[in-house]
Amino acid sequence: MNDGNAIYRFLQPLAPDFVGDWGVVVTAAMVGVGIVVAIVSVIAMVSVWLERKVSAHIQCRYGPMYVGGWHGWAQTIADGVKLLTKEDLIPVGADRMLFMLSPSILLGALFAAMAALPLAPAFYFGWFDLGVFMILAFSSLTTIGVVMAGWASNSKWSLYGAMREAAQVVAYEIPLGVSLLAPLLVAGTFNLVEASHDQADFFGMGWFVFKNPFVAAASVVFFIAVLAETKRAPFDLPEAESELVAGFLTEYSGIRWSFFFMEEYAAMFLMSAVTAFFFFGGFESPFTYLAHEAFGDGIGYQLVCFATLAVKGFAGIFLMMWLRWTLPRLRIDQVMTMGYKYLTPIALLCVLGAGLWEGLKYALF
Amino acid sequence: MDVRKQQLTFYTLLLVATLAALAWGTRTAGTQGAAFALFASFTLGGGLMCIWERSVVRSAFSLMATFCGVAGLFVLLGHDYLAMAQILIYVGGILVLILFGVMLTPPDLKERQLPRVGLGVVLVLGTLLAVGAKVAATVEWARADTLPQIESRADYIGAAFLRAEDGYLVPFELAAVLLTVALVAAVYIARRKPSDLVDPAEEGGY
Repeated sequence: MNDGNAIYRFLQPLAPDFVGDWGVVVTAAMVGVGIVVAIVSVIAMVSVWLERKVSAHIQCRYGPMYVGGWHGWAQTIADGVKLLTKEDLIPVGADRMLFMLSPSILLGALFAAMAALPLAPAFYFGWFDLGVFMILAFSSLTTIGVVMAGWASNSKWSLYGAMREAAQVVAYEIPLGVSLLAPLLVAGTFNLVEASHDQADFFGMGWFVFKNPFVAAASVVFFIAVLAETKRAPFDLPEAESELVAGFLTEYSGIRWSFFFMEEYAAMFLMSAVTAFFFFGGFESPFTYLAHEAFGDGIGYQLVCFATLAVKGFAGIFLMMWLRWTLPRLRIDQVMTMGYKYLTPIALLCVLGAGLWEGLKYALF
Repeated sequence: MDVRKQQLTFYTLLLVATLAALAWGTRTAGTQGAAFALFASFTLGGGLMCIWERSVVRSAFSLMATFCGVAGLFVLLGHDYLAMAQILIYVGGILVLILFGVMLTPPDLKERQLPRVGLGVVLVLGTLLAVGAKVAATVEWARADTLPQIESRADYIGAAFLRAEDGYLVPFELAAVLLTVALVAAVYIARRKPSDLVDPAEEGGY
């Protein structure tokens, strides 16, 4: 399995002689970057449209209905064109260098994290033994981007947003990592493809949440921490449009502003996918099982795996939107209380219980 | 010199140094050398920026380049786990805490005292060169091609770490106990004592 980059493997036999190995590596890297950027853009486009429709239906409205014909599907494209042509404003008192740097750091960290996400069992950008660890590490980098944006804007609302983000990160980073340890104990690997493969029994329904009750409890803790990690309501304190104008985004406009939202929606998909991989079966489902029976490891099976992952990712995004438009925002002290007093002990207990359960299973069977 | 010119000179010099390092690395060791030069310039450049910038927050942000550069050096050495832990702990944890601490400080707008900075740089560089020359002359350097191959898989690291006969189980547990004691002590010191909780009505209200 450990044979490097899938794109490299695909391109290598096709490349003419004069290109050389080095040329293939560079081409594969460029294609990989292109694919990641395209995926991030498409996810952001679909999610923004989905968010508008979901919020509208929760509030008994229609949402966008005209642009593009069918239920306003092209609304996000129209918005994108508008944002591209909008004036790029930088406030006079802002720290220009950091103000311009922060969206790049945010998106760069997200792309690096996305590179560790396999799209199908045989299609990944690199075989990372530490896949999920890498995703967690690079998504923690996005915090710095947010804090940088807030500080560089030189506005009190932005600074408050940045302060809240920093305080929030310290509170939820520990339950996020610790609750993930429970399924990692069951899986015995950090690699996402291997973890998904471990859940293939019981006709593709041997998900870790069904195998171990403590993992099921940990999945709730993890999902709450993911909400805080992606700055989604009820944890959208850094943005808090009804309190801080737009929090750390207040001074941003045009395409820079839209970069922040691209990051937010792609991070939502990424973290939903991680939740799917380590709690809800990853690529595995009864459909995947049937596809594997029918096609073996062929292209049909890979496509079904990709579709399963996409469905699970968007199911997670839908759940996040549902929560956002249903629950009121927490106060910052409530976020702290939740992170320190409730989520951390519960996550620790889940790890202990999951370990004991696995040990007992090992001892008895 | 005004501040703008100073900044421009400093960053131009930094860029030139980075490009020179890149060229030198590529010439001596190909792609690996270029990657090493890039990460080394990130590490050192971040450190220099941290000293140079007058705003404490900017200094803190420049530490990010240093931490990421060190992580890149770990990757070059084949230690993916250390690299990721470096990013997760230093950038995602410690740097956020530092920023949280210094975010509300204003930039120091006093004129930069260049002679003092120059003296500091000369002293530090002189010491570094003296010590570095001594180290380079005396230490027998380990070379990547003579070292044993390292598996950077998580299960390998975990097994080596917690092995019963020559593992590090006891130090690991001791470190965990020490950290718990430190956490509990911090909470004890920071907690609200009954004497802090004065009823606002008694104080004359807000």
